[in-house]
Amino acid sequence: MKTSFSIGDVEFKNRVLVASGTFGYGNEVKDLVDVNKLGGIITKSLSWKPREGNPPRRIVETPSGMLNSIGLANIGVQAFIDEKLPYLRTLKTKIVVNIAASSVQEYCDVLSLLEKQEGIHAYEINVSCPNVKEGGLSFGTDCAMTKEITARLRPLTKKPLIIKLTPNVTHVSEFARAVEEAGADAVSLINTLVGMAVDVRTRKPKLSTTTGGLSGPAIKPIALAKVYEAAQAVKIPVLGIGGIQSAEDAIEFLLVGATAVQIGTMNFIDAGASVRIAEQVREFAEKANLDDVGKLVGALDANVKYSVLQSWL
Amino acid sequence: MIQEIVRVESNQEIAEGLFLLKFDSKNIAANARPGQFVNVRSIHGWSPMLLRRPFSISRIVGISVELLFNVVGGGTRALAAQRPGDSIDVLGPLGVPFRLQDAFDTAVIVAGGLGIAPFPFLTDRLENGEGTILTFFGSRGRFDIDKLHLNSVHYATEDGSRGFKGTVVECLASFLQSHQPAKPKIFACGPNKMLAVLSAFVQTHQLACELSLEGDMACGIGICQGCPVERTKGTKKYALVCTEGPTFDCRDIVLTS
Repeated sequence: MKTSFSIGDVEFKNRVLVASGTFGYGNEVKDLVDVNKLGGIITKSLSWKPREGNPPRRIVETPSGMLNSIGLANIGVQAFIDEKLPYLRTLKTKIVVNIAASSVQEYCDVLSLLEKQEGIHAYEINVSCPNVKEGGLSFGTDCAMTKEITARLRPLTKKPLIIKLTPNVTHVSEFARAVEEAGADAVSLINTLVGMAVDVRTRKPKLSTTTGGLSGPAIKPIALAKVYEAAQAVKIPVLGIGGIQSAEDAIEFLLVGATAVQIGTMNFIDAGASVRIAEQVREFAEKANLDDVGKLVGALDANVKYSVLQSWL
Repeated sequence: MIQEIVRVESNQEIAEGLFLLKFDSKNIAANARPGQFVNVRSIHGWSPMLLRRPFSISRIVGISVELLFNVVGGGTRALAAQRPGDSIDVLGPLGVPFRLQDAFDTAVIVAGGLGIAPFPFLTDRLENGEGTILTFFGSRGRFDIDKLHLNSVHYATEDGSRGFKGTVVECLASFLQSHQPAKPKIFACGPNKMLAVLSAFVQTHQLACELSLEGDMACGIGICQGCPVERTKGTKKYALVCTEGPTFDCRDIVLTS
């Protein structure tokens, strides 16, 4: 059974990766899960300087989801290189470094510094964080800006460049197409949806920043629709993200056209979930008599006919 | 740190609104120290609740681990509904325990409401030593903790329905006016507002004091970055309650109520 896939020249051993910001730098959970069985680890977003992040409260649970406003708290690229990369280099999985910045120049500076290091296989560019004042969504909801960031980064590296897109736009396919034209090797989506929760007793927003990013199973149907839209618009791989809790969820993303998936919020609840899902996706393909998990990608039967859904009963 | 599925041994409302849940775990019982917590997920029965909920380890008897909680929202409502034999998913022990190696002769426990949760465990561990334990417990109205394993409890209620009429910090202050416990160290847990008042009081009187804080956290192990508390010093603005706490020297953190 073939489980691997490639972005550019980089081969990932399976189609289940862990999403940025939900797996730290890999070392926090090494007692709980064999991280070498992951398709890849996408690191917490890195900026040029360390970022303190937003004041509390940063997390609120909502039905089947969670709102966060972390504000890209991270140790900065230099501390990552000194303290975290040596451990990541020892792992037998692919390391994708996620970069967030508040200016085009900062993206370029961080990536250029990382280019000088060993042990990084690809980059994911976060143009879609809803929780920071500068950069973040103001980049990710501006198609020309998203394209420019991609175009400016493209000449700086031969490694795969994955652009992480926001769902907080009308047509995500336009953004996917724009970054494909600018030379991106893949897109990943969706980042969180802007959301809000209010404490009726105090009449205050529950998050310190008023709004935050919604993730978790609550957003899965939206994510699937956005991934489906993007996958039809571009030829480059689409990495599907959004509320995946099970192998079945992951396979839904593959069927609508995701080349691979990222597990996010579920990692907070069960650090072993991603490895288990990767294994169960393989078993599903086996039972379906496929010789390659990749044969599920885009294999949606779009011929919609009414039949009683078993899972509904 | 381990993650395991355990069976609920018992789950009872031991006083109005106060639940005591017990489960067996050799690993957690052997490794946990007072002040640490577990991050718990109810897996029996459907619930729209997603995240684990952090609870102080309230007591350990043999291999039995006890959690004390009240129902404040969906997560604790789901936990209160667990019956003996149901499975819960437990991650722990987590966090930094109370520092018991410091030089102190009198452990002064100061708790507000459900902030009493970590102290039966601390009381157990300190009873074996030489020192004295004093417990100050405050609540708005009647809040029955008689069934908990505690030592020399001084009650304070804001409505005067039991013990001292006033806050627990006022009760402690009044006690210290007439008594001079030998080499005291304060261990406190409760609402942030109470801890802020206590923190100001102990710093004025130069008493050693450790606080156990709550934090809104998703993972409990330092990944989600959800539970910052502001530091008073150092180059980093925030500490994480889950991995650098939940216990802190009161001089090291800024409390906002």
